Amino acid sequence: MTIRKNQASLTSEEKRAFVAALLELKRTGRYDRFVTTHNGFIMGDTDSGDRVGHRSPSFLPWHRRFLLEFEAALQAVDPSVALPYWDWTADRTARSSLWAADFLGGTGRARDGQVLDGPFAYATGKWEIAVRVDGRSYLRRALGTGVAQLPTRAEVDAVLAVPVYDAAPWNSSSGGFRNALEGWRGANLHNRVHVWVGGQMATGVSPNDPVFWMHHAFIDKLWADWQALHPQSPYLPAGGTPNVVDLTDTMRPWNDVTPADMLDHRKFYTFDTEPVPAAAGAAASQR
Amino acid sequence: MNKITRRQALGATAGALTVLGLAGATAHAAVTGSRPARPATLAGTIDEVYQGRRIRIVPASGGGDHGGHHGGHQPPGLPTVLIDGRELHVMQNADGSWISVVNHYETYSGPLPLARAAVRELQGASLVPMGGM
Repeated sequence: MTIRKNQASLTSEEKRAFVAALLELKRTGRYDRFVTTHNGFIMGDTDSGDRVGHRSPSFLPWHRRFLLEFEAALQAVDPSVALPYWDWTADRTARSSLWAADFLGGTGRARDGQVLDGPFAYATGKWEIAVRVDGRSYLRRALGTGVAQLPTRAEVDAVLAVPVYDAAPWNSSSGGFRNALEGWRGANLHNRVHVWVGGQMATGVSPNDPVFWMHHAFIDKLWADWQALHPQSPYLPAGGTPNVVDLTDTMRPWNDVTPADMLDHRKFYTFDTEPVPAAAGAAASQR
Repeated sequence: MNKITRRQALGATAGALTVLGLAGATAHAAVTGSRPARPATLAGTIDEVYQGRRIRIVPASGGGDHGGHHGGHQPPGLPTVLIDGRELHVMQNADGSWISVVNHYETYSGPLPLARAAVRELQGASLVPMGGM
Protein backbone atom coordinates (compact mmCIF):
# COMPACT_ATOMS: atom_id res chain seq x y z
CA MET A 1 0.00 0.00 0.00
CA THR A 2 1.24 3.45 -0.90
CA ILE A 3 2.04 5.68 2.04
CA ARG A 4 2.18 9.39 1.32
CA LYS A 5 4.65 11.14 3.59
CA ASN A 6 5.37 14.68 4.59
CA GLN A 7 8.13 15.85 2.25
CA ALA A 8 10.06 17.18 5.24
CA SER A 9 10.49 13.68 6.61
CA LEU A 10 11.80 12.03 3.43
CA THR A 11 15.21 10.42 3.55
CA SER A 12 17.89 11.41 1.07
CA GLU A 13 17.30 8.15 -0.77
CA GLU A 14 13.53 8.79 -0.98
CA LYS A 15 14.19 12.25 -2.38
CA ARG A 16 16.60 10.84 -4.96
CA ALA A 17 14.10 8.18 -6.03
CA PHE A 18 11.25 10.68 -6.35
CA VAL A 19 13.36 13.10 -8.38
CA ALA A 20 14.66 10.30 -10.62
CA ALA A 21 11.12 9.10 -11.34
CA LEU A 22 10.03 12.65 -12.20
CA LEU A 23 12.94 13.07 -14.59
CA GLU A 24 12.17 9.75 -16.25
CA LEU A 25 8.51 10.68 -16.81
CA LYS A 26 9.72 13.96 -18.24
CA ARG A 27 12.20 12.24 -20.55
CA THR A 28 9.57 9.93 -22.00
CA GLY A 29 7.04 12.71 -22.61
CA ARG A 30 4.53 11.26 -20.17
CA TYR A 31 4.96 14.14 -17.75
CA ASP A 32 4.01 16.81 -20.24
CA ARG A 33 0.72 15.11 -21.02
CA PHE A 34 -0.33 15.75 -17.43
CA VAL A 35 0.51 19.42 -17.86
CA THR A 36 -1.55 19.56 -21.04
CA THR A 37 -4.53 17.92 -19.37
CA HIS A 38 -4.44 20.31 -16.43
CA ASN A 39 -4.21 23.39 -18.62
CA GLY A 40 -7.07 22.18 -20.79
CA PHE A 41 -9.31 21.90 -17.79
CA ILE A 42 -8.23 25.13 -16.17
CA MET A 43 -9.05 27.04 -19.37
CA GLY A 44 -12.29 25.15 -19.91
CA ASP A 45 -13.73 25.20 -16.38
CA THR A 46 -15.95 28.27 -16.04
CA ASP A 47 -18.26 29.53 -13.33
CA SER A 48 -21.21 29.73 -15.70
CA GLY A 49 -20.55 26.64 -17.81
CA ASP A 50 -19.24 23.10 -17.50
CA ARG A 51 -16.72 22.87 -14.67
CA VAL A 52 -14.95 19.76 -13.52
CA GLY A 53 -11.36 20.26 -12.42
CA HIS A 54 -11.62 23.64 -10.74
CA ARG A 55 -14.07 26.16 -9.25
CA SER A 56 -16.58 23.39 -8.63
CA PRO A 57 -17.37 20.64 -6.12
CA SER A 58 -15.34 18.12 -8.12
CA PHE A 59 -12.15 20.17 -7.62
CA LEU A 60 -11.19 17.75 -4.83
CA PRO A 61 -12.15 14.36 -6.34
CA TRP A 62 -10.84 15.46 -9.76
CA HIS A 63 -7.43 16.32 -8.36
CA ARG A 64 -7.43 13.15 -6.23
CA ARG A 65 -7.92 11.10 -9.40
CA PHE A 66 -5.40 13.21 -11.32
CA LEU A 67 -2.77 12.66 -8.61
CA LEU A 68 -3.53 8.94 -8.48
CA GLU A 69 -2.89 8.68 -12.19
CA PHE A 70 0.34 10.63 -11.85
CA GLU A 71 1.47 8.57 -8.87
CA ALA A 72 0.77 5.37 -10.82
CA ALA A 73 2.97 6.71 -13.63
CA LEU A 74 5.75 7.39 -11.12
CA GLN A 75 5.37 3.91 -9.67
CA ALA A 76 5.61 2.37 -13.13
CA VAL A 77 9.11 3.87 -13.15
CA ASP A 78 9.94 3.04 -9.52
CA PRO A 79 7.42 1.09 -7.41
CA SER A 80 8.95 2.44 -4.20
CA VAL A 81 7.90 6.02 -4.94
CA ALA A 82 4.85 7.70 -3.42
CA LEU A 83 3.76 11.32 -3.74
CA PRO A 84 5.02 13.36 -0.81
CA TYR A 85 2.91 16.22 0.51
CA TRP A 86 4.09 19.75 1.34
CA ASP A 87 2.55 21.12 4.53
CA TRP A 88 3.07 24.78 3.69
CA THR A 89 1.71 25.84 7.09
CA ALA A 90 4.86 24.32 8.61
CA ASP A 91 7.50 24.63 5.88
CA ARG A 92 6.68 28.17 4.98
CA THR A 93 9.85 29.90 3.88
CA ALA A 94 12.18 29.73 0.89
CA ARG A 95 14.79 28.30 3.29
CA SER A 96 12.82 25.08 3.75
CA SER A 97 14.66 21.88 2.81
CA LEU A 98 11.98 21.46 0.13
CA TRP A 99 13.77 24.11 -1.91
CA ALA A 100 17.30 22.77 -1.39
CA ALA A 101 19.44 21.77 -4.36
CA ASP A 102 19.05 18.06 -3.51
CA PHE A 103 15.28 18.23 -3.92
CA LEU A 104 13.30 20.84 -5.87
CA GLY A 105 15.90 23.61 -6.11
CA GLY A 106 15.24 27.16 -4.96
CA THR A 107 13.61 30.35 -6.11
CA GLY A 108 14.34 32.02 -9.44
CA ARG A 109 16.86 34.74 -10.05
CA ALA A 110 15.64 38.32 -10.07
CA ARG A 111 16.31 39.07 -13.74
CA ASP A 112 14.06 36.48 -15.36
CA GLY A 113 12.75 34.21 -12.61
CA GLN A 114 14.85 31.30 -13.81
CA VAL A 115 15.53 28.52 -11.29
CA LEU A 116 19.28 27.96 -11.35
CA ASP A 117 19.88 25.10 -8.93
CA GLY A 118 18.50 21.63 -8.30
CA PRO A 119 17.50 18.83 -10.68
CA PHE A 120 14.90 20.91 -12.53
CA ALA A 121 17.10 23.86 -13.47
CA TYR A 122 17.13 24.49 -17.21
CA ALA A 123 20.90 24.08 -17.48
CA THR A 124 20.64 20.41 -16.51
CA GLY A 125 19.05 19.79 -19.90
CA LYS A 126 16.48 17.53 -18.28
CA TRP A 127 13.61 19.89 -17.55
CA GLU A 128 12.60 21.91 -20.56
CA ILE A 129 9.20 23.57 -20.22
CA ALA A 130 7.47 22.30 -23.34
CA VAL A 131 3.78 22.86 -22.51
CA ARG A 132 3.79 26.58 -22.01
CA VAL A 133 1.73 29.71 -22.43
CA ASP A 134 4.65 31.94 -23.38
CA GLY A 135 8.03 31.63 -25.04
CA ARG A 136 10.07 30.79 -21.95
CA SER A 137 11.25 27.20 -21.74
CA TYR A 138 12.97 27.33 -18.32
CA LEU A 139 11.39 26.64 -14.95
CA ARG A 140 10.64 29.85 -13.10
CA ARG A 141 9.77 30.66 -9.51
CA ALA A 142 9.47 33.77 -7.37
CA LEU A 143 8.97 32.35 -3.89
CA GLY A 144 7.11 34.78 -1.65
CA THR A 145 6.92 37.57 -4.25
CA GLY A 146 3.36 37.50 -5.59
CA VAL A 147 2.08 37.19 -2.04
CA ALA A 148 4.20 37.49 1.09
CA GLN A 149 2.81 34.79 3.36
CA LEU A 150 1.70 31.21 2.98
CA PRO A 151 -1.48 30.25 4.84
CA THR A 152 -1.09 29.61 8.54
CA ARG A 153 -2.23 26.57 10.52
CA ALA A 154 -4.91 28.73 12.14
CA GLU A 155 -6.25 29.71 8.72
CA VAL A 156 -6.32 26.06 7.69
CA ASP A 157 -8.09 25.05 10.87
CA ALA A 158 -10.75 27.70 10.31
CA VAL A 159 -11.45 26.27 6.86
CA LEU A 160 -11.49 22.70 8.16
CA ALA A 161 -14.16 23.80 10.65
CA VAL A 162 -16.61 24.68 7.85
CA PRO A 163 -19.21 21.91 8.15
CA VAL A 164 -20.78 21.92 4.68
CA TYR A 165 -18.84 20.48 1.74
CA ASP A 166 -20.06 22.89 -0.94
CA ALA A 167 -23.03 25.07 -1.77
CA ALA A 168 -24.96 26.50 -4.69
CA PRO A 169 -24.07 28.00 -7.11
CA TRP A 170 -21.26 25.41 -6.97
CA ASN A 171 -18.58 27.70 -8.35
CA SER A 172 -16.00 30.30 -7.29
CA SER A 173 -18.64 32.31 -5.44
CA SER A 174 -19.84 29.43 -3.26
CA GLY A 175 -19.77 29.21 0.48
CA GLY A 176 -18.71 25.94 2.05
CA PHE A 177 -15.52 23.99 2.66
CA ARG A 178 -14.50 23.27 -0.93
CA ASN A 179 -14.38 26.87 -2.10
CA ALA A 180 -12.70 28.09 1.08
CA LEU A 181 -10.04 25.42 0.59
CA GLU A 182 -9.71 26.14 -3.12
CA GLY A 183 -9.33 29.79 -2.17
CA TRP A 184 -11.72 31.83 -4.28
CA ARG A 185 -13.36 33.02 -1.07
CA GLY A 186 -12.18 33.60 2.46
CA ALA A 187 -8.62 33.37 3.74
CA ASN A 188 -7.52 31.77 0.45
CA LEU A 189 -5.57 28.54 0.89
CA HIS A 190 -4.91 26.57 -2.31
CA ASN A 191 -4.88 29.50 -4.75
CA ARG A 192 -2.58 31.54 -2.53
CA VAL A 193 0.07 28.83 -2.47
CA HIS A 194 0.17 28.82 -6.27
CA VAL A 195 0.69 32.59 -6.21
CA TRP A 196 3.35 32.37 -3.45
CA VAL A 197 5.45 29.98 -5.53
CA GLY A 198 5.09 32.12 -8.65
CA GLY A 199 6.54 31.26 -12.06
CA GLN A 200 4.72 28.51 -13.90
CA MET A 201 2.95 27.54 -10.64
CA ALA A 202 0.90 30.75 -10.91
CA THR A 203 -0.30 29.87 -14.42
CA GLY A 204 -2.59 27.37 -16.08
CA VAL A 205 0.42 25.15 -16.78
CA SER A 206 1.26 24.91 -13.07
CA PRO A 207 2.14 21.17 -13.12
CA ASN A 208 5.32 22.19 -14.93
CA ASP A 209 6.73 22.74 -11.44
CA PRO A 210 7.06 19.44 -9.55
CA VAL A 211 5.94 21.19 -6.38
CA PHE A 212 2.45 21.15 -7.92
CA TRP A 213 2.08 17.50 -6.92
CA MET A 214 3.20 18.05 -3.34
CA HIS A 215 0.94 21.08 -2.97
CA HIS A 216 -2.04 19.12 -4.22
CA ALA A 217 -1.13 16.07 -2.15
CA PHE A 218 -1.47 18.31 0.91
CA ILE A 219 -4.75 19.81 -0.32
CA ASP A 220 -5.90 16.22 -0.78
CA LYS A 221 -4.84 15.38 2.77
CA LEU A 222 -6.79 18.38 4.06
CA TRP A 223 -9.89 16.95 2.38
CA ALA A 224 -9.30 13.69 4.27
CA ASP A 225 -8.77 15.66 7.49
CA TRP A 226 -12.04 17.51 6.88
CA GLN A 227 -13.90 14.23 6.31
CA ALA A 228 -12.61 12.93 9.63
CA LEU A 229 -13.77 16.09 11.36
CA HIS A 230 -17.22 15.98 9.73
CA PRO A 231 -18.06 12.32 9.19
CA GLN A 232 -21.74 13.11 8.65
CA SER A 233 -21.12 15.72 5.94
CA PRO A 234 -21.51 14.29 2.44
CA TYR A 235 -20.09 15.37 -0.90
CA LEU A 236 -22.52 17.79 -2.51
CA PRO A 237 -24.43 18.14 -4.76
CA ALA A 238 -26.15 14.77 -4.72
CA GLY A 239 -27.77 14.90 -8.14
CA GLY A 240 -29.41 16.74 -11.00
CA THR A 241 -27.15 19.77 -11.12
CA PRO A 242 -26.48 21.31 -14.56
CA ASN A 243 -22.80 21.85 -15.54
CA VAL A 244 -21.63 20.33 -12.25
CA VAL A 245 -20.38 16.84 -11.34
CA ASP A 246 -22.86 15.34 -8.89
CA LEU A 247 -21.87 12.58 -6.49
CA THR A 248 -22.39 9.73 -8.95
CA ASP A 249 -21.74 11.55 -12.23
CA THR A 250 -18.60 10.54 -14.10
CA MET A 251 -15.76 13.00 -14.41
CA ARG A 252 -13.95 13.97 -17.59
CA PRO A 253 -11.40 13.12 -18.90
CA TRP A 254 -11.60 9.59 -17.51
CA ASN A 255 -15.39 9.18 -17.84
CA ASP A 256 -15.30 6.03 -15.71
CA VAL A 257 -14.81 7.51 -12.25
CA THR A 258 -17.20 9.47 -10.03
CA PRO A 259 -16.71 11.62 -6.94
CA ALA A 260 -18.29 8.75 -4.97
CA ASP A 261 -15.41 6.52 -6.08
CA MET A 262 -12.89 9.01 -4.74
CA LEU A 263 -14.32 9.70 -1.27
CA ASP A 264 -12.22 7.17 0.64
CA HIS A 265 -8.52 7.73 0.01
CA ARG A 266 -7.62 4.59 1.99
CA LYS A 267 -8.70 2.49 -0.98
CA PHE A 268 -5.62 3.87 -2.74
CA TYR A 269 -3.08 5.10 -0.16
CA THR A 270 -2.68 6.16 3.42
CA PHE A 271 -0.92 9.12 4.94
CA ASP A 272 1.99 8.93 7.33
CA THR A 273 -0.36 10.66 9.75
CA GLU A 274 -3.89 9.47 9.21
CA PRO A 275 -6.65 11.79 10.37
CA VAL A 276 -8.43 10.72 13.53
CA PRO A 277 -12.21 10.68 13.18
CA ALA A 278 -14.01 13.19 15.34
CA ALA A 279 -16.99 10.98 16.12
CA ALA A 280 -16.98 7.52 17.66
CA GLY A 281 -18.38 4.74 15.53
CA ALA A 282 -17.54 1.94 13.19
CA ALA A 283 -15.25 4.09 11.11
CA ALA A 284 -13.14 4.97 14.12
CA SER A 285 -11.93 1.46 14.86
CA GLN A 286 -9.17 1.11 12.30
CA ARG A 287 -7.49 4.02 10.67
CA MET B 1 11.39 38.93 -9.21
CA ASN B 2 10.94 42.69 -9.26
CA LYS B 3 11.95 45.01 -6.49
CA ILE B 4 8.45 46.39 -6.31
CA THR B 5 5.33 44.39 -5.76
CA ARG B 6 2.71 43.92 -8.41
CA ARG B 7 0.32 46.26 -6.70
CA GLN B 8 2.95 48.94 -6.34
CA ALA B 9 3.74 48.52 -10.01
CA LEU B 10 0.09 48.84 -10.89
CA GLY B 11 -0.14 52.10 -8.99
CA ALA B 12 3.05 53.47 -10.50
CA THR B 13 2.22 52.95 -14.13
CA ALA B 14 -0.01 55.88 -14.87
CA GLY B 15 2.79 58.22 -15.86
CA ALA B 16 4.30 55.72 -18.26
CA LEU B 17 1.18 55.00 -20.21
CA THR B 18 0.72 55.88 -23.83
CA VAL B 19 -2.86 55.60 -24.86
CA LEU B 20 -3.21 55.07 -28.58
CA GLY B 21 -6.89 54.42 -29.10
CA LEU B 22 -8.83 57.05 -27.25
CA ALA B 23 -12.24 55.81 -26.21
CA GLY B 24 -13.81 58.22 -23.85
CA ALA B 25 -14.13 57.13 -20.27
CA THR B 26 -12.13 53.99 -20.84
CA ALA B 27 -9.13 55.86 -22.15
CA HIS B 28 -9.43 58.38 -19.36
CA ALA B 29 -9.42 55.61 -16.80
CA ALA B 30 -6.31 54.15 -18.38
CA VAL B 31 -4.48 57.46 -18.41
CA THR B 32 -5.19 58.23 -14.79
CA GLY B 33 -4.38 54.71 -13.74
CA SER B 34 -7.59 54.45 -11.81
CA ARG B 35 -9.53 51.22 -11.90
CA PRO B 36 -11.66 51.26 -15.02
CA ALA B 37 -15.21 50.38 -14.23
CA ARG B 38 -16.29 47.20 -15.93
CA PRO B 39 -19.07 48.77 -18.03
CA ALA B 40 -16.64 51.38 -19.32
CA THR B 41 -14.09 48.70 -20.15
CA LEU B 42 -16.62 46.73 -22.09
CA ALA B 43 -17.87 49.81 -23.89
CA GLY B 44 -14.83 50.41 -26.04
CA THR B 45 -11.50 49.18 -27.24
CA ILE B 46 -8.47 49.78 -25.07
CA ASP B 47 -5.18 50.26 -26.85
CA GLU B 48 -2.15 51.22 -24.82
CA VAL B 49 1.56 50.62 -24.47
CA TYR B 50 2.46 49.38 -21.03
CA GLN B 51 6.06 48.65 -20.06
CA GLY B 52 6.91 48.55 -23.74
CA ARG B 53 4.20 46.05 -24.66
CA ARG B 54 1.07 46.85 -26.66
CA ILE B 55 -2.13 45.88 -24.90
CA ARG B 56 -5.34 45.79 -26.93
CA ILE B 57 -8.66 44.88 -25.41
CA VAL B 58 -11.54 44.43 -27.82
CA PRO B 59 -15.02 44.03 -26.38
CA ALA B 60 -16.85 40.87 -27.28
CA SER B 61 -19.35 42.79 -29.37
CA GLY B 62 -16.52 44.40 -31.33
CA GLY B 63 -15.70 41.38 -33.40
CA GLY B 64 -13.36 39.47 -31.14
CA ASP B 65 -13.13 35.88 -32.27
CA HIS B 66 -13.75 34.33 -28.90
CA GLY B 67 -16.06 31.43 -29.23
CA GLY B 68 -16.06 27.74 -29.76
CA HIS B 69 -12.66 27.51 -31.42
CA HIS B 70 -10.79 26.49 -28.31
CA GLY B 71 -12.86 23.98 -26.48
CA GLY B 72 -16.36 25.29 -26.76
CA HIS B 73 -16.53 26.19 -23.08
CA GLN B 74 -15.82 29.87 -23.50
CA PRO B 75 -19.01 31.71 -22.69
CA PRO B 76 -19.98 34.59 -24.94
CA GLY B 77 -19.42 38.12 -23.79
CA LEU B 78 -15.73 38.01 -22.98
CA PRO B 79 -13.41 40.60 -24.47
CA THR B 80 -10.42 39.63 -26.58
CA VAL B 81 -7.21 40.63 -24.81
CA LEU B 82 -4.10 40.91 -26.98
CA ILE B 83 -0.51 41.51 -25.90
CA ASP B 84 1.64 42.49 -28.87
CA GLY B 85 -1.01 40.91 -31.05
CA ARG B 86 -1.08 37.55 -29.26
CA GLU B 87 -4.28 36.57 -27.51
CA LEU B 88 -4.26 36.14 -23.75
CA HIS B 89 -6.76 33.58 -22.47
CA VAL B 90 -8.95 35.36 -19.94
CA MET B 91 -11.88 34.37 -17.80
CA GLN B 92 -14.38 36.24 -15.64
CA ASN B 93 -15.32 34.93 -12.22
CA ALA B 94 -18.83 34.90 -10.85
CA ASP B 95 -18.03 37.86 -8.57
CA GLY B 96 -16.99 39.95 -11.59
CA SER B 97 -13.23 39.62 -11.05
CA TRP B 98 -10.89 38.42 -13.78
CA ILE B 99 -8.08 35.91 -14.23
CA SER B 100 -5.86 34.95 -17.15
CA VAL B 101 -3.88 31.89 -18.10
CA VAL B 102 -0.68 33.51 -16.83
CA ASN B 103 -2.24 34.67 -13.54
CA HIS B 104 -4.73 31.93 -12.96
CA TYR B 105 -4.93 31.81 -9.18
CA GLU B 106 -5.08 35.55 -8.48
CA THR B 107 -7.99 37.79 -9.35
CA TYR B 108 -8.00 41.27 -10.91
CA SER B 109 -10.67 43.94 -11.04
CA GLY B 110 -10.92 44.18 -14.82
CA PRO B 111 -9.39 43.16 -18.14
CA LEU B 112 -6.92 46.06 -18.15
CA PRO B 113 -5.35 45.38 -14.73
CA LEU B 114 -5.34 41.73 -15.78
CA ALA B 115 -3.52 42.49 -19.03
CA ARG B 116 -0.99 44.71 -17.24
CA ALA B 117 -0.35 41.96 -14.70
CA ALA B 118 0.27 39.59 -17.59
CA VAL B 119 2.78 42.01 -19.10
CA ARG B 120 4.67 42.12 -15.80
CA GLU B 121 4.53 38.36 -15.48
CA LEU B 122 5.80 37.85 -19.03
CA GLN B 123 8.97 39.94 -18.45
CA GLY B 124 9.25 40.51 -22.18
CA ALA B 125 8.33 36.99 -23.30
CA SER B 126 5.75 36.46 -26.03
CA LEU B 127 2.51 34.62 -25.53
CA VAL B 128 2.16 31.42 -27.52
CA PRO B 129 -1.05 30.56 -29.37
CA MET B 130 -3.77 29.40 -27.05
CA GLY B 131 -4.11 25.70 -26.53
CA GLY B 132 -6.96 23.81 -25.02
CA MET B 133 -8.39 20.37 -24.78
